[in-house]
Amino acid sequence: MQRGVNVIEGKAAPFKYENVDTDQIIPSEFLKIMSKRGIGRYCFYRWRYREDGSLNPDFILNNPKYSDASILIAGKNFGIGSSRENAVWALKDMGIKCIIAPSFGDIFYMNSVKNLLLCIKLPEEHVEKLQDMAEKTELYLKIDIENSTINYPGGEMKFDLDQTVKERFLKGLDEIETTLTYYGEKIKEYEDKMPSFIIPKARRFLPD
Amino acid sequence: MAGLSVFEKIWLRHVVYEREDGETLLYVDRHLTHEVTSPLAFEGLREKGRKVRRPDLTFSVTDHNVPTGDRLKPIEDKLSLEQIKALEKNARDFGITLFDLYSPYQGIVHVIGPELGLTIPGITLVCGDSHTSTHGALGALAFGIGTSEGEHVLATQTIWLKKPKNMLIKLEGRLQNNVTAKDIVLWVIRNIGTGGGIGHVIEYGGKVVEEMGVEERMTLCNMAIEAGARTAIISPDEKVYHYIKNTPYAPQEDEWEQALEYWRTLPSDPDAVYHKTITFELDKLEPQVTWGTNPAMTIGVTEEIPDPRDYDDPAERQAVERALKYMGLEPGTKIRDVKVDVVFIGSCTNGRLTDLIDAARVLVNNKIAHGVRALVVPGSQLVKRRAERMGLHRIFIEAGFEWKNAGCSMCIAMNEDKLRPGERCASTSNRNFENRQGPGGRTHLVSPIMAAAAAVYGRFVDVRESDLMSREEVLEYAKRS
Repeated sequence: MQRGVNVIEGKAAPFKYENVDTDQIIPSEFLKIMSKRGIGRYCFYRWRYREDGSLNPDFILNNPKYSDASILIAGKNFGIGSSRENAVWALKDMGIKCIIAPSFGDIFYMNSVKNLLLCIKLPEEHVEKLQDMAEKTELYLKIDIENSTINYPGGEMKFDLDQTVKERFLKGLDEIETTLTYYGEKIKEYEDKMPSFIIPKARRFLPD
Repeated sequence: MAGLSVFEKIWLRHVVYEREDGETLLYVDRHLTHEVTSPLAFEGLREKGRKVRRPDLTFSVTDHNVPTGDRLKPIEDKLSLEQIKALEKNARDFGITLFDLYSPYQGIVHVIGPELGLTIPGITLVCGDSHTSTHGALGALAFGIGTSEGEHVLATQTIWLKKPKNMLIKLEGRLQNNVTAKDIVLWVIRNIGTGGGIGHVIEYGGKVVEEMGVEERMTLCNMAIEAGARTAIISPDEKVYHYIKNTPYAPQEDEWEQALEYWRTLPSDPDAVYHKTITFELDKLEPQVTWGTNPAMTIGVTEEIPDPRDYDDPAERQAVERALKYMGLEPGTKIRDVKVDVVFIGSCTNGRLTDLIDAARVLVNNKIAHGVRALVVPGSQLVKRRAERMGLHRIFIEAGFEWKNAGCSMCIAMNEDKLRPGERCASTSNRNFENRQGPGGRTHLVSPIMAAAAAVYGRFVDVRESDLMSREEVLEYAKRS
C-alpha cells in the first residue's frame, strides 16, 4: 500500500519542450524490463545519452545545476502518445516527484495519479514565469497538495486539483480494496442484470 | 430533453455508480491484454492474493514484441521471450483465453478484437494500449489504459473515470482519387493538433464516414489518440453488423437478434449535444505525409517542408528546428523529392485486409525501387491467411516485399524489425516520434497506397495521378494469376 503525500519540496528544472511523448520518456526497448524499479536510468534515454553512451551535455537534466531537480516545469501536452505506465515509473525512479505543465496527455495523467506522481496544470503564463525563475536562479518550490498551493521565493500560486485526485494523494488508499469493499455489491448487481449476449462464447473450428 | 450521442448512450448503460464529484465507476465488458503492459498488473494480483474477476470477459494475445519471421525458430531476444512466457503463465494461472504465437487467431490486439467478434457495438472495452480507440469504429466505447488501471479492471471488472467531453468531427465532401482514411486522419490531427482532443471523446460523423468501410473507420478511430483524444467512436450501422456476423465470438442465433435490437438503438440522436463540433470539407484533400516527429507535423504531397522562420511562436519554431534536424530535412524541399530507404506496411492503423488490397493495387506488375527494403506485416494471422487465399501475397512478393507473420513489428520496433540509424521510412503506422521505429530511424506516416507507391518510386509520389486497378480488379487479378 502506498503512503499518502501532502507536501512536495524540491528543486525545479525548466523543461521547455512541448509535446513530450512517452516514447521519449522511456523508449520501447526498455518496456521489456518487468519492474517498476531500477528503470530511472533509462528515463529520457536518447536525450540524456549520446550514441557512444556518454552524457549529452546539451540535455537540461545533465546540467549540474539541475541534476538534482525533482520538479519539472514542462511545455504543453506533456506525456502524449503511448499508454506505457513505465514512463511514470521511470520518472519516479529517477527522482521526479512533480511535473508542472499547461496540459498533459490523458492516459499519462491517469497513470501519474495511480503512482502518486503529481501533475499540476497551470496556465501557460504561470508555467513560463516558473520556467524563467528556474533558469535565472536555483528555484526551490514547496507544493502543498491539501491547500493546492505552490510556494516560491517571494510568492505563491494556486492550482486546481480534482477532489478525488487530492484524496488519493493525501490518503494513498489501495483503490482496488476501496472499490471491492464499498462497491462490490453494486458491481454484483450490475452483473446480474447484464444481457447474456455481452458475454462472448467461442465457436470452435470455424472456417476463416 | 436533448438527444444523446452514441458515446453517452453506452456510458449511461455502463454506470455502476456515480459519485457526487462526477467520478464514475464504469463496468468493463471486455478487457484485452498483451505481453508488454500486463505482467505487473497480474503480479499485483498475485501479491495480494486476488483473482481475475471475469476471466470470461478477459482475453490475451502476444503481439508487441513477437518475431515476425519463422515461428518455428526459437525466440532469440531473451527479454521478449520472458514477457511472452509471463503472459502464457498468467493466462494459465488466471484462466484467461490466450491467442499465443502459434494460434491461428494471433495478431495485433486491435486487429483481432474486431475480426474475432470480441469487439461488438455498445460494449465498453479497455486495453493497456493507447490505440484501443480503434475499436470505436464498431460503435464500442474503448479506452486505452495503464497497467495500474489494468490491475483494477482485472480485479473488479470496473474502471473509475470522469465522463469525458464530447466532440463531433464531421467529414463531408467527396474524396479525390486514391485519397483514404489515413490521409483524412492525418489532416484532422494536423488541424486540431496533438493536444486538440485532450479530455474528449471524438465522434466521427458525416457523409464520408457513412460511405466508408468498417476497416477504414478503424484507421480513423485508431489515430484519434494522436490528437490527444480519450478515444474515438462512430455510430454503428449495417456495415458493422455485417462485419461482425459469423465471426468466431459474435453472438449467435437468439443472442444475435437480441444484440441487433440493442445495437440499433445506439446511433447518435440527431439532436445530440456536443461540447465542440468541427466540420472538414474534404473535396480538395490531397494525400498527406508527415515530415516531422509528431503526427501533427504533416503536409500534403504537393507541399514543401516548412521553414522554422515562418513560425512566430518561439517554442513552436524550436520544435520545428529540432524535428528538421532529427529528420535530416531542409526547409523548402518538396516532399516529393524526398527519397525513402524502407517501406513498412502494417500496424493496428493499416494492417488489415483492406489496407493490403489497397497496397496491392499499386504493386501489381510493379517492382520496388533499387535499394529500397520493403516489408508487409499483416495485422493478424487471419488477415495473412485470407490474403494468401486471395493470392495477394504473390503480388507483394513479386514486387520485392518481405511477406511476414503478424505483430506490431516495425511500428514499435520491439522485435527484430527496426530501422537502422538514419534510415528513412514510408510507414503506414501511427507514430513518427523520434526513435520510434528504431534508434535514429526517420519515419514518414502515410497511407498504404502512398507507402506502396513510395516503394515503387523510391520517393513520395502524388497517387491521385496514378491510374490504379480498383479493389475488385486487383482481387480478380490475384485470383487469376
